Amino acid sequence: MSSRLSTGGKLIDRSLSKEFMFNGRRLKGFEGDTLASALLANDQVMVGRSFKYHRPRGIVASGSEEPNALMETGSGSKLEPNQRATTTKLFDGMRVKSQNHWPTLEFDLGAINSTFSKFFPAGFYYKTFIHPRFAWKYLFEPIIRKAAGLGNAPKEKDCDTYEYFYAHVDLLIIGGGIAGLAAASSAVKSGLKVLIVEQNDYWGGRAIVDEINIENGSGSDWIYQQVKSLSNEKNVNLRLNMMAAGVYDHGYVLLHETLTDGSNKKMELRQRLWRVRAKQTIVATGAIERPLAFAGNDLPGVMLASAVRDYLVNFGVSCGDRTVIVTNNDDAYRTAILMKNAGLEVPCIIDARPSVSESLSKQVQSLGIKILTGKAVSTVTGSKRVEGVAICSHAGSGEVLETVACDCVAMSGGWSPVVHLWSHCGGKLEWDKKNYMFKPDLTSAPLGANGEGMLTVAGTANGFLISRDVLSDGYTKSKEIIKALTGKVPKISMEKAHSGDESEILPVWFMPQGATRKLKSKTWLDFQNDVKVSDVELAAQEGFESVEHTKRYTTLGMATDQGKLSNINGLAVLSNSLNVSIPDVGTTTFRPPFQPISLGAIAGEARHELFKPIRKTSIHNWINANGGVWEPVADWRRPFCFQRNGESIKEAVEREIVNTRTNCGILDASTLGKILVKGPDAARFLDMIYTNVMSNLKVGKCRYGLMCSENGFLSDDGVVARLSDDSYLCHTTSGGSDRIHAHMEEWLQTEWWDWKVYTLNLTEQFSQIAIVGPKARQLIEKMGVDGLDLSPEGLPFMGFSEGFIAGISVRIFRISFSGELSYEIAVPALKAQEFWDLALISGEEFEVMPYGTEALHVMRAEKGFIMIGDETDGTVIPQDLGLDWAISKKKEDFIGKRAQMRSFMKSENRWKLVGLKTIDPSVVLPDGCYAVDGESNSYGHKNMIGRVTSSYFSPTLERSIALALVENGPDRMNEILNFPNLDGSVTKAAICDPVFFDKEGKNQNV
Amino acid sequence: MRKYSVAAIVREALRYNAGWERAWRSPEPKKQYDAVIIGAGGHGLATAYYLGKNHGIKNVAIIEKGWLGGGNTGRNTTIIRSNYLQDSSAAIYEKARSLYETLSQELNYNVMFSPRGVMMLAQTEHEIRGYRRTAHANNLQGVETEFIDPKTVKKLCPIIELSGPRFPVLGALWQPRGGTARHDAVAWGYARACSDMGMDIIQKCEVTDILKSNGKVVGVETTKGVIKTHNLGIIVAGNSSILAEKAGFRLPIESVSLQALVSEPVKPCMDVVVMANTVHGYMSQSDKGEMVIGGGTDGFNNYTQRGSFHHIEETVRALIETFPIISRLKMLRQWGGVVDVTGDRSPIISKTPLEGCFINCGWGTGGFKAIPGSGWAMAETMANGSPSQLASAFSLDRFREGRFIDESVAAGVAH
Ligand SMILES: Cc1cc2nc3c(=O)[nH]c(=O)nc-3n(C[C@H](O)[C@H](O)[C@H](O)COP(=O)(O)OP(=O)(O)OC[C@H]3O[C@@H](n4cnc5c(N)ncnc54)[C@H](O)[C@@H]3O)c2cc1C
Repeated sequence: MSSRLSTGGKLIDRSLSKEFMFNGRRLKGFEGDTLASALLANDQVMVGRSFKYHRPRGIVASGSEEPNALMETGSGSKLEPNQRATTTKLFDGMRVKSQNHWPTLEFDLGAINSTFSKFFPAGFYYKTFIHPRFAWKYLFEPIIRKAAGLGNAPKEKDCDTYEYFYAHVDLLIIGGGIAGLAAASSAVKSGLKVLIVEQNDYWGGRAIVDEINIENGSGSDWIYQQVKSLSNEKNVNLRLNMMAAGVYDHGYVLLHETLTDGSNKKMELRQRLWRVRAKQTIVATGAIERPLAFAGNDLPGVMLASAVRDYLVNFGVSCGDRTVIVTNNDDAYRTAILMKNAGLEVPCIIDARPSVSESLSKQVQSLGIKILTGKAVSTVTGSKRVEGVAICSHAGSGEVLETVACDCVAMSGGWSPVVHLWSHCGGKLEWDKKNYMFKPDLTSAPLGANGEGMLTVAGTANGFLISRDVLSDGYTKSKEIIKALTGKVPKISMEKAHSGDESEILPVWFMPQGATRKLKSKTWLDFQNDVKVSDVELAAQEGFESVEHTKRYTTLGMATDQGKLSNINGLAVLSNSLNVSIPDVGTTTFRPPFQPISLGAIAGEARHELFKPIRKTSIHNWINANGGVWEPVADWRRPFCFQRNGESIKEAVEREIVNTRTNCGILDASTLGKILVKGPDAARFLDMIYTNVMSNLKVGKCRYGLMCSENGFLSDDGVVARLSDDSYLCHTTSGGSDRIHAHMEEWLQTEWWDWKVYTLNLTEQFSQIAIVGPKARQLIEKMGVDGLDLSPEGLPFMGFSEGFIAGISVRIFRISFSGELSYEIAVPALKAQEFWDLALISGEEFEVMPYGTEALHVMRAEKGFIMIGDETDGTVIPQDLGLDWAISKKKEDFIGKRAQMRSFMKSENRWKLVGLKTIDPSVVLPDGCYAVDGESNSYGHKNMIGRVTSSYFSPTLERSIALALVENGPDRMNEILNFPNLDGSVTKAAICDPVFFDKEGKNQNV
Repeated sequence: MRKYSVAAIVREALRYNAGWERAWRSPEPKKQYDAVIIGAGGHGLATAYYLGKNHGIKNVAIIEKGWLGGGNTGRNTTIIRSNYLQDSSAAIYEKARSLYETLSQELNYNVMFSPRGVMMLAQTEHEIRGYRRTAHANNLQGVETEFIDPKTVKKLCPIIELSGPRFPVLGALWQPRGGTARHDAVAWGYARACSDMGMDIIQKCEVTDILKSNGKVVGVETTKGVIKTHNLGIIVAGNSSILAEKAGFRLPIESVSLQALVSEPVKPCMDVVVMANTVHGYMSQSDKGEMVIGGGTDGFNNYTQRGSFHHIEETVRALIETFPIISRLKMLRQWGGVVDVTGDRSPIISKTPLEGCFINCGWGTGGFKAIPGSGWAMAETMANGSPSQLASAFSLDRFREGRFIDESVAAGVAH
């Protein structure tokens, strides 16, 4: 059984015990335990079920590479599926459930898949479930979906919060093992600004377990000293619980910091995502031990040899009373020795190598451990956990020589450097022929903005497996970087680790060498996704020869551990089947994140109200308090209408329109874009941006202007005012201000970079309040004007002036989007509410009423004014809308001119703007409906000859009106068109002039 | 070719799968072919398949610089829909969608087409009007779509937040027979069928030049030698501009990186595909249980198959607002593909200035859904030497004439 020993455990504090629940069982652990160590301490060896066959699964590893021990933790708004037990800290009162089984972990009906696993080899999904056709959606797929997935999805909103952090450093060091710490200490001494991060909650990495010796002291002491002296320095930031998730272009690194253990039941700041820009980065992320592939290696109790050692040394946990070691290298002998010294049984070491070094074999045999060289595991016996191993000759096909009883198998297939971060941004790998592993090819580093390498690798991550070399590589890499960054060669005292050499590893990717198909079909490569040696071989047999094909066909390495344990063995099996070398097979692409990170952490603070914060005008709060019915418009909200008690929305809109046309309306038009364009070349620039001429606009005058895209399509419109010789104020649509500002800047920065023009987006600096209707002039005069002449001659239509109204400095434009006498008054944003309030008070006798966007839209439609986004959709040119008059014929060029000369733009049959009157005046045409002519087009669709772009009931005309684009429309006045509705009925409407109201402009020109 | 079936699975299981044949051969290139296709992505393979199937042209090579299906075909988020606005788009995407319905049976390969339904959320008044318009157009085009109210949205997808603080859900355009398919299986299924017809799929072979004589194409130069042909199809997505240059013409195309990500797998919690264009993100759940997430393209051109992280941030934020429960799920993997975007964001299926050379590209961020239809139309175009009915609107000439097919109004995110 696996259990807690009475002594030992470097990371735990036995004086603080912690109770937790696993699947309803009450268990005990200690402060410092991970969930995995605590489970093992309680003999909970089976911890989950595999993805496909629902096979029993136990803990394999001790770190982030763990494939099996995935748990559901927390509940309600803190529920979290797929938590890795090996990296989850235990806390008092923790509740944990295992996943992917029904009804219980011990008895899972899904395990029937395992019984029939023969019939579900790699790729079987592609070969079956083909007939009958409808069964896939209604029968097969739902069953497969139910069986798949791991944990349950949360049902509630996440109550925790997350934040971002930005850091700029000279040197980022990822990994706090001896290589990382050595690099940090020398860089810090040289005055560099250093950030060093470690994913565990302790420093030192493997060195604290693997009793190494540095400068005649213990590795643990050396680590303690390093950290202590670093902590006293100002130019270094040391961070635990921080995992480097991804490396991106130009030295941008993403770090994920865990801030809490989840014990708090209330809302808390849970994780922090750091975005670091480092001049240089050292990756010192160590290596991961490789499992060995043999039949039955997925049974609970089969573990990595290093993990067995970790649980023993760090947590005082024995993973088994009788542990058999299986290996192809010297490193696993450490586990045997430690277990034996802890008083546990180690009946034998099965070593695939033909021989072992004399010193090692002496050392081990003196402890009473048998070494079986040239041997392999034929199969592991047991059903839900290990009961023994059947041993065979490695050279054979698996005939059993003897069977040894045991309850734990510690396996080691050698080590693989953690090269993920090196590879994320294009670092290349090379094959280390001595140690049989991929390691970084330092001649081919990921490049930074200056074309030089931005990343280097040190220590075990760089392929050094012996502590002596690891430590010295840490210093060396640091030295190189200090030299590159400071230009000086630093004097560094390189401390030395002492370790003997190890004998060579034997490449073993599955055992025994000649394993039968039957054995291989029980030999696991990817534990979580249930991929076996036989699956990879089948993929190769069926022609899936590229690693990427094999990966996808078998799902090797696609589980939540992203193949940290399985990939290399899988590659090797593939290379063996294809008879090509491993480096020729190549690896699959390493993608961020190194470890899964929560979506919450990625979103950071930008949630709820802070997700795209609402832009608010100065009048926003007043509108909110006075019946405004909000509608989202770009990043703003605008009132659709102002609803009064007992009134429907439709009634409110009609009231606002009628009142504006008979008395006076007031509108918050502040969302309108306002871009200041200034400079000696401003006029020339606007002549290019607008289709009309802007250079001949007189100072003090306004002009309605159109902007087109390079492709000639109408993209925005608005009034341009010339403030002075060299400055213009350009109004854009509400949704368009940022887009148009960016558009102007793009042209200025990329094409006309030598023109002397500045642009400034003043949208939020000025509020714009429109006072509209026959009594508008009286109202403003009542407010008290200073320095302004509002008479028709003093401020004619399309003119503007500057002065004071009610003592507030204003710029007043006489423009109209409703066809009424109308003034748009720009006031400094901070004065806007005051202005609004005063206008309402002065307006009382003129029956002024605020109106919303819907009234605005109806009134402009009544006048046949186009609206960007309604009458335009990116396919409409100004000529389609009868706006030819706004397109200069004189100008040599403007954006869109060349495009508009193309044949189809000039075609006779374009869809053009017209008005529509339904035959039954009470029927309003549906938005977006099309007119058809009864024929079919070449695709067999009903032939469309026009479409409704705006459609309203006009209270002014007491009938429905619509604007539409119709093929040759203006030449077809009075023709009656058919508009099919979605319910099959047809609405008939007659083509008419698009200006429905006051065509002569009597109301506006007073 | 041995048929795949339940019986075959059982037969093979009993002999440890020793008898399965290769899904496709791995031949050395011949000296000459009746037609050569560059690019073994979905579009290239489908074109080859229909050249053989519909037009009897089977002496065909498909040349692939990497591994078949390894471009955008193997990287996309597999949304299939045909609720496009313009007639020519609706026609080809609906043709493709309807071919998907029976593709598994046609190819004897389970491509897992799953018409689970696609909804596009309307979150502004403006979007409502836009989708109503699309519903009207689709009605006349024979594409089955419907504008649904928020209550129906919630019923179809219970994990949606309807009244988020920022952009409430006001309705959605719903295409009940849109859905997803398994991307790799589409490439593999076509590849297997092509190989079975005797076509040569030549992988790990890059086309390095296009050979011409008197304004006509005569062959290609590859890393495995010269291959002759008088009928060439360039179908290489993000690499189109590079090959067009070798053929001697330019394309109105920019290549940008489009990213996607998946979460760790969880038990089923979302049956439909949801696209939220106002906030810019979309999500579905794969059969494995991963939430499959995508957003917009990077704002700069590049050929790396990765992208900048800030895009992932924006997409994830948008989706947490739309589906609050995903906040505690974890991102497992992010990646990017190089997509080929035209001036009007619609594809090109066309003759080119080089006689005998045809091009199919510009599918940009949304061409997975089009694979069968595009292959169908491209094969017809190559077989007849002139644009097929389905392809004619997508010719290169349209840029010269200004005859754009702009769908941007129908969908901000064009997947
Ligand atoms: C992240 C992402 C998400 C997407 N989501 C969706 C979606 O949800 N729905 C949807 O419909 N579409 C989606 N798409 C778009 C879709 O993936 C593509 O439009 C489609 O797959 C393109 O297929 P293709 O065959 O044209 O190109 P590819 O699959 O890219 O194939 C082109 C092939 O040409 C090869 N090639 C290039 N140059 C050469 C040469 N010189 N010699 C030989 N071979 C060459 C390449 O190696 C490649 O295999 C998405 C794309 C991405 C990147």
